[in-house]
This record gives sequence, C-alpha cells and structure tokens, in this order.
Amino acid sequence: MSFSLTLTVNGETRAIDLDDPRVTILDLLRERLHLTGSKKGCDRGQCGACTVLVNGRRVNSCLALAVSLDGADVLTIEGLARGDALHPVQAAFIDHDGFQCGFCTPGQIMSAVGLIREGQAGDDPERVREGMSGNLCRCGAYIGITQAVLEAQARLASEQGEAA
Amino acid sequence: MPDIAYEQARHGSSIGQPLTRRDGILKVTGAATYAADNRPEGLLHAVMAVSRIARGRVTHLDVAAAKGHPGVVAVMTGANAPKLAQDPDAKDNPFMFRLDLLQSDQVRYAHQPIAVVIAETLEAATEGAELLAPRYAVEPARIGLDVEAPQEPEAVGAGDKTRASRGDVEAGLAEAERRIETVYETAAQYHNPLEPHAVVAQWDGDRLIVDTPSQALATAQMRLAALFGLDPKNVLVRSPFLGGGFGSKGFLFGPQVLGVMAAKLVGRPVKLVLRREQMFGPVGHRAETRQTLRLGTDASGALTALDHHTLTATSSFDDFYEPASALSRYLYAAPAVSTGHSGVRVDTGTPLFMRAPGEASGSVALEGAIDEMAEACGLDPLDFRLKNYAEAEPISGRPFSSKALRECYAQGAARFGWDKRAKAPRSMRDSAGRLVGYGVGTALFPALMMQAEARAEIRADGTGTVALGAHDMGQGAWTALAQIAADGLGIDLDRLDFQSGRSDLPNAGIAGGSAHTATAGSAIHSATSAVLAQLAELATGDERSPLYGAGNAGVFARGGRLLRRDDEGRGESFADILARAGRASVSAEGKAAPDPASREAYAMHAHGAVFAEVSVDPDFGQIRVTRLVGAFAAGRIVNPRLVTSQYYGGMIWGVSFALHETAVLDPRSGRVMNANLGEYHVPVNADVPAIEAILVEEHDPHVNPLGIKGVGEIGITGTAGAIANAVYHATGIRVRKTPITLDRLLG
Amino acid sequence: MNRFDYVRAGSVAEAVAAAAEPGAAYLAAGTNLLDLMKGGITRPTRLVDVTHLPGLDRIEALPGGGHRVGALVRNSDLAYDAEFARAYPAVAEALLSGASAQLRNAATLAGNLMQRTRCPYFYDPASACNKRDPGAGCDARGGETRLHAVLGWSERCIATHPSDLCVPLVALDAVVEIAGKAGTREVALEAFHRLPGDAPERETVLEPGEMIVSLRLPQDAAAFAGHSRYLKIRDRTSYAFAVVSASAALRLEGGRIGAARLALGGVALKPWRARAAEAVLAGAEPGEASFRAAADAALAEARPSGDNAFKIELARRLIVRTLTLAAAGTPERMLALPASAFADGSALHA
Repeated sequence: MSFSLTLTVNGETRAIDLDDPRVTILDLLRERLHLTGSKKGCDRGQCGACTVLVNGRRVNSCLALAVSLDGADVLTIEGLARGDALHPVQAAFIDHDGFQCGFCTPGQIMSAVGLIREGQAGDDPERVREGMSGNLCRCGAYIGITQAVLEAQARLASEQGEAA
Repeated sequence: MPDIAYEQARHGSSIGQPLTRRDGILKVTGAATYAADNRPEGLLHAVMAVSRIARGRVTHLDVAAAKGHPGVVAVMTGANAPKLAQDPDAKDNPFMFRLDLLQSDQVRYAHQPIAVVIAETLEAATEGAELLAPRYAVEPARIGLDVEAPQEPEAVGAGDKTRASRGDVEAGLAEAERRIETVYETAAQYHNPLEPHAVVAQWDGDRLIVDTPSQALATAQMRLAALFGLDPKNVLVRSPFLGGGFGSKGFLFGPQVLGVMAAKLVGRPVKLVLRREQMFGPVGHRAETRQTLRLGTDASGALTALDHHTLTATSSFDDFYEPASALSRYLYAAPAVSTGHSGVRVDTGTPLFMRAPGEASGSVALEGAIDEMAEACGLDPLDFRLKNYAEAEPISGRPFSSKALRECYAQGAARFGWDKRAKAPRSMRDSAGRLVGYGVGTALFPALMMQAEARAEIRADGTGTVALGAHDMGQGAWTALAQIAADGLGIDLDRLDFQSGRSDLPNAGIAGGSAHTATAGSAIHSATSAVLAQLAELATGDERSPLYGAGNAGVFARGGRLLRRDDEGRGESFADILARAGRASVSAEGKAAPDPASREAYAMHAHGAVFAEVSVDPDFGQIRVTRLVGAFAAGRIVNPRLVTSQYYGGMIWGVSFALHETAVLDPRSGRVMNANLGEYHVPVNADVPAIEAILVEEHDPHVNPLGIKGVGEIGITGTAGAIANAVYHATGIRVRKTPITLDRLLG
Repeated sequence: MNRFDYVRAGSVAEAVAAAAEPGAAYLAAGTNLLDLMKGGITRPTRLVDVTHLPGLDRIEALPGGGHRVGALVRNSDLAYDAEFARAYPAVAEALLSGASAQLRNAATLAGNLMQRTRCPYFYDPASACNKRDPGAGCDARGGETRLHAVLGWSERCIATHPSDLCVPLVALDAVVEIAGKAGTREVALEAFHRLPGDAPERETVLEPGEMIVSLRLPQDAAAFAGHSRYLKIRDRTSYAFAVVSASAALRLEGGRIGAARLALGGVALKPWRARAAEAVLAGAEPGEASFRAAADAALAEARPSGDNAFKIELARRLIVRTLTLAAAGTPERMLALPASAFADGSALHA
C-alpha cells in the first residue's frame, strides 16, 4: 500500500510516495529526504532534539506520522537561514555559546523560533526558560540558550518595528 | 621559572581569546555531521533486540517471524554472527572492557543485546526486533549494595589504588574533641548524551570504515582491528562531532561492534542507532555508592582525622569501581587520612567512567560531611574549609604545582554575597515566604596528562596545517586546539588548516579525564615547535636572511613571520624562508606525555569553590536552585568563552546530581524502570535560572608546557555538595541521599 | 511499531464506522499513541486518522453561557484563547503546566482525555500489568511506587491518570460529548474515566468505536473565574508529570464561600473530584481552618499503595495552598511558571 502526500519542506513543495504509514515526519526527513539536521535524541517526544515547525508551530517531529500531515508546511533547521545570512536566532546561539556538542541545537533553535513566533515570552527570561524547557541540553548550555533567545527576540522585535 | 612555558607559547594572539566556536555555523545550520547522519550507498538499517531480564538465558527467538516481516533482510543472532578474531570476553588490560557480542545465550544484565535485525528501512528493522519475542530461562536478579558481602577490589577507577592513607586515623579520631560519622548514598546514573550511540559501518574487502562517536579514536580503531582480525591501517574510524560523550563514548561498546558485524553479515553498509532505552545498560553508567565518612576535629576546628570509605557495585562479569573516596586524598588537610573502597557484583551492565568519575560522587559526600563537621564545630562552613586548607597534598605530602583555591573561595564568596548567610538553618526566607538556603562546596579535579601525537606543517604560501585525531564532544576542540595550533605556528587562524576527528591522523589519545586540551594541545605545541625549529634553522643559518645568526632560541613566530626576539623589527616571512631554501614545506611530528619528574614532585589539581542558593517550598519540599556562583582556577585558559561554558555545563551536572538523576531499578527484575528521558530526569532550562562562573587566574609552570589544567569535569564537583548543603541550610533537614527529592523534605 | 491500516476519516460517521473494528484506534496528534506504539505497549491494527475532520477544532461560546471545545482543539490554542482563558483561568494554567510547548502545540483536547497512565510497569512490556493484559497481575505492587495512587486504587491496579487539563475540567463539571454508531451521548467528565476496580483495562466509559467530539463547560463554570488556580508539584521546575496537583475554584459571596470546586491530579486513576471537601467549604469562611478541614476531608479515604504515603500529606498541604491562592484571586496575567510553587504569583501567604 502506498500513500501519496504533499508536503512543503523548507519552502519547496514535494510530492511524496510513502510505502509505509509508520514513518514519522522525523524519519521521513532524516532517512528519506536526507535532511539530517533534525536530530533523534529519544524518539518519544521527551528531549526536543527533533523539533521542527509544522504549519508555523513547533512540534516534536518524532511523534507525528508523515501520512497524517498531508498538506503541511514543514520548516527545519536546514531551511532557516537565508542563503549565507543566518537567522537571528542562529547568530545569537553562536554569539552566546548556546550549545556545546551541538546535537540538541537544531531542535533548540527551531523551538526558539517557534517560541518567538508564539509571542508569549517576550523579554522575560523566566518565560523564555519555561518556554524552552521542552528542549533538553545534556551539555548544560541553558544560560547561553536563554541569552540567545532573548537577544534574538529583541532583534526580531526591533526589525519588525522598523518594518512597520 | 613560570614564565618559560608562557613565553614559548605566546607567539600569536589566539590563545586566551574568547573566540566563538569554529564549528558554530555548521552546528546552528544542521550541517554538522554526526555518526547517524551518514548515508553510504546501499545503506541498511539495523536495530538491536535487547534482553528484558537481568540474569538467565535466552531460550528462544522467533527469528522466522522477524525474517517474515516485509523489508527485513537478515536477523543476526549467536548462530549466524560473523566469527570474531578476539574473544569479546578477553581482558588483556584493565582498560579493556568485556563486550556482549552475541557470544553466548547468557544474559548478564537488562538491555543486553541479544540479536540484531537488519532491514531495508528503519521501520521494518524496528518491528523485526519486536517480533523476535524472546523467551528466557530467568534467574533471580542480584541488585543493590546489600546483595552480598563486599569485597575489596584490586584497583578502582582507572587503575587507582583501592586504599591510601597517612597517619593513624583511629588515633586521630580518639584524640578528637568532636567526632562525626555519617553515611551518604548516591544513585546510579546513566550518561545519556543526547546523541545515542550510533554506528554506520562499511566494509570494502578487508577494509573497514566506521562512523561512530568516539572519545578515543585510536583505541576504537585498535579494538576493531583486534576483534575483526584486521590490520589497524585498514580500519578508519571517523568522529568529527560527538553529540555528547561524558565518558560513555570513551570506549567502543558492544552495540557499535554489533553494527560492524551486521554490515559484515549482510555485505552492505549498515546503520545501527541505539534506542533511548538501550542507553540504559550496554554503554556504561555511574554506579551507586554508599560512603561512610568519619571526621574528627580538635577544639579549634582543625581536622585530626578523616576516614572515607566507599561501597559501590560493579557488574557480575567485569570490573569498574567508582573511586569515590579518592577525593579525600587531595582536598582537606588532616594529619591522619584514610581512604578505601569495597564493592559488590550486581546484574547490571558494567559501570564506567562518567563525568568526574569518583570525584562527583565523592564530592557530594565529602562536602556534606565537611558541612556537618563545620556545624558541629560552630564554624561557618567557608571558615571551616579555610581552617582545614591543605597547603600540601594530604596523603602524599607533595606540594601543589599551583593552587589558587583561596582566591576561588574569596572571589566566589564576594560575588555570591556569602556574608549575608544567616548562621542558623531554616532562618532565611524570600519575600514570598519560601525557605532560602546558602551552601558552599569545594571543587577539585586532578590535572591529568595523557599521551598524544600531532603533525604540523608550514607551506611556502604561508599557510599551515595541524593534524591529529582529536575529539570534539562539545568542549570545543575544533576551536581551542586550533587556537593552540595557530599560536604554535605563529599564523592567523584563517591561515590554518586544522584537521581532526579521524583515526588516520596522528593519535591524539583520549578525550577524557579533563585532559584532552592539555594533552593534545601539548602534542600540537611540540609539533609546531619542531616545525618552527626547522624554519629557524633554515633562516638563522643562511647569511641572506635578516635572521642570520640569531640562533633558534633567538627567534619567534607571529603573523606568518619569524622575528628576532631582541629586535622584532627584523624578521622574515615563512614564505620567503621556504622559497629561498627551495622547500615547498616543512613538517614535523610532536608528542606529549606526562613528565614523570614533575608528576613525582608535585600534586596537580584544578580547584574551585561553588556557592549555591536554593529556594525550597516549606510545605511541598520542592527545590529550585536559584543561583550558582562557581570560581575555578585551572591554570591557563585557552578560550574563556568555551571554558565558561564547560563550567556552566559541569555545574548543571551538579544540579542534576544533587536533585534529579537516578536510575530507578526494580530490585526484583533488575530493569531500569525509568529508562527514558521523560522520567530519568536531567535539568530542564527552567531548573537553571542563574549561574555565574569566575575564571580565577592561575599560573602553573609544572603541569605541561602550556600550563593548562582541565575544565571539563571540575564543575560537577563542589556543586552537588554546595546544593545539598544549601538545602540543609534552607530547611534544617540533612538529606544524605541524592538525588534530594521533595518527599525527603516533607518532614 | 507494528504495521497497521491507515484510514483517513472524512466524517465523524465514517470515523466511528472505521473504528468499530477490533484493534482499531483513533489517531489525533498521536503524541501519546505513537509513544505507546513505539514502546510496543499498544499494537493497533488500524489507525483511524481524525485530524482532518472538519469542525472539531473550534472553541465556541454557547448561547446560554458556557463553552464547547472541539475534540481536535490543540492544547496551546485552548490555553492562549483569550476569552476561554479569562472564563476558565485554571484550565489555561493547567494546560500550560503540562508537557512541553512542542507537545502542547500538537496534543488535542480529546487526546488529553484519552492519555494512558505513566505507570512504569504499564510502560514496561516485560512487567505484568492488568491494564495491558487483564488478569496478568500488577508488578507495580511491591515495586517502585513513589508516584502511584493513594485514592481509588485496587489490588489490580495502582496507576494514576497523568492529565493536568482534566483536573480543573472535572472540577468545573465539564461534560464529554461522544459520538457513536447509535448517535451522540453526553457523559460528565467525572464519570468518563473509570477507577480500576476489577477491570483496570477499561479506562473510560467509551464503547468500542465511540469517539469524543467535544467537551462542554457548563454555564456556571465561568462564575469561578475570579478565584481559580491550578497548582502542580513536580520533580523538575518544568516538563514533568505531577507528583500531586490540585485545582481549586471558589465563588466568594459576602466574605464566605458560596461554592467551591476542588479536584486533585496524580492521586488516582482518574482526575479526582473532591466533593467531600467541597461540602466542607460551602458556606464556610475562607481561611486556613476551613481549608485544612477541606484537605482532611479530601484525603479521608486515602491510603498508600506502596512507598508513597508522603503523597497523602503532600496533597493535603497542596489543597490548603491552592485554596489560599484561589481565595486571594486569579492572577491578572498568566504566570511565567504556570502552576508552579516557584511562580511569582504563588507566594505562600497573602
């Protein structure tokens, strides 16, 4: 049995024939579309390393079946930068050393992008910490992560302000 | 002459700079390639089936059911697994650990691999492994520290002495004005790097390429060569990035070898990635401990005796004993000190090095006991530590190569506001009425040196290469070692081709023991110095050079030029020197090893002081670490940005140790009941509101040519104890068992 | 994960028909179902995907008061719906204290009601579990039981229901609207989940094939908006299941408690409505004395199921605190750390 679905991945619309309904979005990205930036840390929605944006919202891609997301718009870490220009969240993670081993980083960054879009944390560090708590960092880069999110949030807010 | 090492190394401007990570862009764009991201042509997926019992035998596997699942290519069991050239149970040296490679139907711990299913897709392999539905002959699991009479092991940790002592502890205790005896227990912990162990293996005849995260590339290469009967030259192990290691990737473990065997069996490349629950068993852990400490002081509060005994557990089939008492050999001054260990055998996987092995567990017990003793003496915990400050290493009596612990205490206390600590427990509250506590712990980690090699080259175009099989597990080797390399060659970083992370480069040793930067950095220093010596010889011996006659010692390198020490205005570019000599390049190899003479003469440790503030809900016992300040002195700092991150990370491991981490074993089955990241808790972002790390200046002329001590593990020491002591100060309840969970504070 | 038929339902009727087959399961976000399938805990032979059904993702104000929330409304959408959160602040607080932002963005209302216990023995296929395998026994008995039930458990099962959301919902008399082959029916949420008794494998009153289509908050539920809190004791500051949680909602009238609603989470195999405590509070003067009496009443029948006696005292203290905070008034803005003892708005004494 084959399943035909359409997904927009990092802006590109793709027709996908799936031979197996068991494939999660994470495994589809990693094993079939060869977008390995999203990481599998637990495969059970408990670590956040697989976080991607689906229809603009951050979710654990390990806990979503690809067949069920027919028609969805998926943004992964590979689609975040504009050419050579890093997204402000990416740049801030480098500046604030918001990672060590880097394995949780794609998920942290996508989660941060989602958090900023949700608009619930603003410039409150405590709300950022709470909002980023679905992303484990075993190296313990939380201080840099929080600083990076706050800085990127401020930068995006001011860019938005200038654009308006 | 403390300045010699610095002078030699101070060619350029990289060392000491807080550069951002050179691999940063790769990591924030998802382009950094971890083992499981590799996809050679024709790749198959392998999934392990693991034992659900802790002891007994596998009596049946439904291989037919697994094979019948669409997409399954092969099922590897003991019956058809490729023959190995080396017995997986062989143990030629203490650093060789026994592996479970389907060599028998015996089960010796839960989550032991018992078969591997190989399939065209990950989904098929996963279900194939499920369909094996193993049956067992079960024997009762032997679990816990009281399972049998303890034995004294021959060695603990990495070949450390089981016992060490000085003076007569019993006499010291007898003559003491005050005595305490106290018992601390620490839980079993599993490393759980976010990246599970993974392997992508490809065979080409008798050549083998393995992508797998490794903290010891050469060791992995040699073990693979031995197991498969290969010439080591034909084994290439690649590990450019590790998704965290923390000790669990220091050795090649069974599952990684099984991936290689699977690839051999099917004749195609295979990828095998551990499922998260499989990280709780076959890839090492930190064993539980029960530590008994006896302390005595005289009337002034000076220690008269310190006795530290650790009971821990190893597996039924191999030896690794958590060396938790060793810390007491290094830290506090006492005329009589005794340290020892004993162990029992249990039906778990073999415990192994986990970030600050021994020191972490020992520290929480020792710092707790010191805190108890301080209170018994009526002294401020910091004053008590200063009163018992060791001017020489307590048991060996050797002087310290350097020790800026006093400065750590002072700077940390000032920054933290230790003077605002109320003396009595349970006497501080925040404005919301929560209990507040302050605690302090001393941090210490030995400044180790291991062995490493490196190769360096300077080319006629003025660029250089430094190559070695070093390991970046997040500590920042791609950056810090490159900084050392650039300075060593006297070129700018952007002129440097830094090669690392592969076993076909010079053996950079092990990324462990917080010694990688010191060791690999020293090898780089040695190689680059040798290259510069060759260049200097070409220049200073040539009348046409402005450096003629300066002598090798009379020149140094900076910005791609050799300059006269006595006159920096006179110099010559590397390119010019090589061009005139008609050479395309000069290259050299360098080595690093511990210097036996200085190691004999001096005790070498990094030190620190950690101050913790906790907030405790008085009704619920729920704890939050609201503030941590750590001040650490670890010799020369290669990159303060990365070092600060290492301290943060270590201190967060301290939070985890004190409050969160515990593998909950069902004593009846021997299974870890929380083998997942939802219930095996490590701190989340909200658990870590505020941390500061102070980099205390320290010069050490003895540890190694670069003056570097390690920073990767020290942060966990001191911190867990400081938090536990702060919880006591907040609540008046002394919990001698970590993790300190809220139920232990309900009173 | 086993192979399964994947059926995408085009209508509720189609879904109900497809799910009536033995071995079928509904798939919404799948955040719990996929976890269970990956662990080999459940092996459904057919997944009926209801995520594309139209109309089930709406939050509607009902003409006579109250709200209807569609089965597919995502946790975060519900929590951040300004009107809903104003009317039922404790529900929003509970939602935001649950799981992680990523899971809340995916997880649905119906999925939350249907989530299975986190009992480690249920999650361990090698352990005996009467839920998974009726009659097999319960390995949790005599095992690691720190987080197990203290109310309503039986010798056959001592698990707890892990939901945060259900706790304030059950306190507010929410009603589950269910579609089945024979049409629709309504069940009070309080009666929706079953205590284990002799049949812990039957977790809800749903009949095979029945599907939750929506949840209704009755007209009087919003009357508690001014004095509503949810509080959750956890082993981590965030992203952890409750050790114990409580939702309290008060209607204060002339310095007295006109009506009180109280429910507990993490103590039983269902969200636990503490009606005896509500009776103690009704008409009483708000304050420590009445709150303590209520706490005692709520836990009067509690007994440890293992190494978890501490939860009984913890629940008492939590009830007193939650009532105290509710009496002090609902915070104007969602707290930075929702439902946390460390949230700014959770000071111990007013």
